[in-house]
Amino acid sequence: MAIYTKEEARKILEKALSFSKADTCEINLNGSNSGNIRYARNTVSTSGYSSNQSLAVQSSFGKKSGTATIDEFDDASLEKVVRRAEELANLSPENPEFMEPLGPQIYDESISFSEATANITPEYRAKVASSGIVPAAAQDVTAAGFFNDSAGFSAMINSKGLFAYNKSTNTDFTVTMRTNDGTGSGWVSRDFNDVTKFDADEASKTAIDKAVLSREAKAIEPGKYTVILEPAAASDLLRNMFRSLDARSADEGRSFMSAADGANKLGQKIVDERVNIWSDPLNSEVPTSPWNYAGQPLKKTTWLENGVVKNLAYDRFWAKEKGVEPVPYPSNVIMAGGDQSLEDLIKGTKKGILVTRLWYIRSVDPQTLLYTGLTRDGTFYIENGQIKYPVKNFRFNESPIIMLNNLETLGKQVRIDGNLIPYMKIRDFTFTSLSDAV
Amino acid sequence: MKRRDFVQYAGLGAGALMMPSLLLGNDIPTEALLEPGMDALVKKRMADVALNTAKSLGATYADARIGRYLNQYVFTREDKVQNVVNTESFGIGIRVIANGTWGFSSTNSVTEDGIKKATEQAVAIAKANSKIQTDPVKLAPVNAYGEVSWKTPITKDFKEVPVSEKVDLLLTANAAALDNGADYVNSALFMVNEQKYFASTDGSYIDQDIHRLWPTFRVTAIDKAKGNFKTRENMSAPVGMGYEYLDGLESEKLEGPAGLRLYRNSYDMVEDATIAAKQAKEKLTAKSVDAGKYDLVLEPNHLGLTIHESVGHPLELDRVLGYEANYAGTSFATLDKLKSGNFKYGSDVVNLVADKTQVGSLGAVGYDDEGVKTKKWDLVRNGILTNFQAIRDQVHMIDQNESHGCCYAQSWEDVQFQRMPNVSLEPGKDKYSISEMIKDVEKGIYIAGRGSYSIDQQRYNFQFGGTVFYEIKNGEIVGMLEDVAYQSNTQEFWNSCVKICDEDDYRVFGTFFDGKGQPSQASAVSHGSSTARFNDVNVINTGRTI
Repeated sequence: MAIYTKEEARKILEKALSFSKADTCEINLNGSNSGNIRYARNTVSTSGYSSNQSLAVQSSFGKKSGTATIDEFDDASLEKVVRRAEELANLSPENPEFMEPLGPQIYDESISFSEATANITPEYRAKVASSGIVPAAAQDVTAAGFFNDSAGFSAMINSKGLFAYNKSTNTDFTVTMRTNDGTGSGWVSRDFNDVTKFDADEASKTAIDKAVLSREAKAIEPGKYTVILEPAAASDLLRNMFRSLDARSADEGRSFMSAADGANKLGQKIVDERVNIWSDPLNSEVPTSPWNYAGQPLKKTTWLENGVVKNLAYDRFWAKEKGVEPVPYPSNVIMAGGDQSLEDLIKGTKKGILVTRLWYIRSVDPQTLLYTGLTRDGTFYIENGQIKYPVKNFRFNESPIIMLNNLETLGKQVRIDGNLIPYMKIRDFTFTSLSDAV
Repeated sequence: MKRRDFVQYAGLGAGALMMPSLLLGNDIPTEALLEPGMDALVKKRMADVALNTAKSLGATYADARIGRYLNQYVFTREDKVQNVVNTESFGIGIRVIANGTWGFSSTNSVTEDGIKKATEQAVAIAKANSKIQTDPVKLAPVNAYGEVSWKTPITKDFKEVPVSEKVDLLLTANAAALDNGADYVNSALFMVNEQKYFASTDGSYIDQDIHRLWPTFRVTAIDKAKGNFKTRENMSAPVGMGYEYLDGLESEKLEGPAGLRLYRNSYDMVEDATIAAKQAKEKLTAKSVDAGKYDLVLEPNHLGLTIHESVGHPLELDRVLGYEANYAGTSFATLDKLKSGNFKYGSDVVNLVADKTQVGSLGAVGYDDEGVKTKKWDLVRNGILTNFQAIRDQVHMIDQNESHGCCYAQSWEDVQFQRMPNVSLEPGKDKYSISEMIKDVEKGIYIAGRGSYSIDQQRYNFQFGGTVFYEIKNGEIVGMLEDVAYQSNTQEFWNSCVKICDEDDYRVFGTFFDGKGQPSQASAVSHGSSTARFNDVNVINTGRTI
């Protein structure tokens, strides 16, 4: 399938809109191609390719809306899908929270597409797998990995004159290396919009080294420890926090952002003053679409500044209810870091635990944002500025809010899962039990 | 927020934001759900295009799955309908073996030309990957079934029930919760119909019509002055049934401890919402648990998730072998433990069975997604590990030559692979009720419903919460507890199982969203059990202040 250009997409959308007889009409057009390769036991297992495209029409009469979708774009099909959406709108109950479509918007120029990523072939994917399998086999290690690439576009138009278009690409890579004696495991994750930034050899080697280093871990007592969280470990806990930044839940009293007597925590200092978090679709390391599903422009937005809550996300309905400007959800998360490398952070640690990643993280208490989960694929004991030995994995019970109040040091930022997150040293991180899992 | 989450949500209305992304398809009008799909004869012709193209390009095996997935979701909160969504997803997935290597491609262009192109892509991928293949695929034999069909036994098709009736049910349940002290209530109905056509070069053409349904709600009670909140979720289970599950038959209700109502094969949503509101309020002032060792009495709608994580997953052969090492992980239940014939997974009373045929369960189908007729088999018998779960390309690795029939793909768009069948704990053989079990406990906690859950990548160490907790002292329930989670080790836990209630208490838990694989796929699976007692389990207190 072709990735439509802005003009090709506009032509299809304008044609579809011309059939509308509803009070308002909004049409989205999306398409993507994606390919992947999976390997395990030092050989390729499954892999695949998928291509999909669709056009969705939302028609509204007053506060009654209907949506219909189609994947053929000739004139007759476009008229059929618009009529279907209108029929459904007439049958639907009124939505008291209905918001009319937005008028024309001005968007920033997107930087989220890479031609090189869009041109990835099955041969390239096989080479990525091979760059892990060959060195692993040479070192008595077994590789299991996954590489996925996608290229796609999104466009929308509405009867109020809004038009938006974006195309983007993405690649995701993870590999787990396990020593053949079953006592060591290492892992890395890499993701980029532009595949030319990806070095499969370097990533695979990092995981192999970690696997070999983590062999024959010792058991140490669970309890409160100073930890150095690699960005992958920190990112999982922070991402969960970001999913709860919604103003409405906070105002309704059912979020960790709710305060006593029906207030929310906007303007309150909730974590260490060195914590600064924002989102920015135009950051060159983690670019995203400059608009969201509702056609709202996405701009650089500060969420936490010097530990103080500066913004909560308000959808258009809740913003109207509260008499404030809407604040769209972030499309990425950027947390300010420091100058220290991982080596520097280890050097400055008298006694602590280095955590590669966290696994199976689940909410225990939404009131306090308490999460449980386990360390995985490389957990090491640090003493007097050096890694002493690998340790068995721990289960933790910890809240990102408590964690960011116990901040010791921020290190350098790294891209992880589309976000920029620093290494961080945290004191009194709560490990509650030991696991035999490798 | 993950970027890919954003990409998935982009272009959809705000109501879609609360939908799990895997449920997304194309939106269609309600009446279109009733339109017949592609005729079986046409599907056979289209599937043959894929099979013949694959063979002509040198594939030694091919299968084609033409899928039409019809879903309806209704979302409400308090007295408002947030969204009614009808979706249809239609396409074909083609899997081939060429040069001893798997290749897969899918397309929503179900035309001769579209299918040929997708098949070419699948073969090209297999050939490109065969250069790094060191372990050629070996398939266990399967019968050629010819042209056959299977259908979930339902009495009320959700597609024929008017949307207004569904909306009424949810709004009535919401009103019951609000009338009984809830501050907020969200409720939803998820209804799924998978129309799947499978064909393979082994000579089967299988047409299946599968139905699933899941009613769910969350009630929230708030202490505004203190800024505290508690939630209580439904005691229903997602089921492999039609809309008849919502009839709320009295004959299918069980009286639980402390005023709880428990439901077998029929669910009374309004009654459950009423009780939920009262319990959510009670939770705001419930006693915080003292950490320590307790005997746990675990209700089936709670125990199902523990079975899922600590028995279902570790006994998946692909995990055991390392195929899932990079994502879900591997397993403590290694091949040598199975081969020893004496690995004590649980106590003598523990019997765990895998079953793809259990009526009303989420996993029930006639044939799996590689054309193998489904069956039931033992995993743990009298506490001893006896088998794993395996499909055609892996079962030879445990010296068996027949697939267990548990291969599944979440849609036509995704490649099929080994997925967990229903895994259930057999009820106790002697007559024994919940009240008798509680009477026998000196210091314990009764836990009902699902809560927080987490387990390591080899399935040793786990932690579970629940929906409601009650303290048991000297054989009696003395009050509600909060901040409860138990931590244990799989083998230790199942060996601490001392008693299981009889079959009158047998109920089935389920989940729509068992995740596995890369790209991750969801699968729906059920787990049955009767209430069971586990002695001396470590309980922690999860209360914190921020």
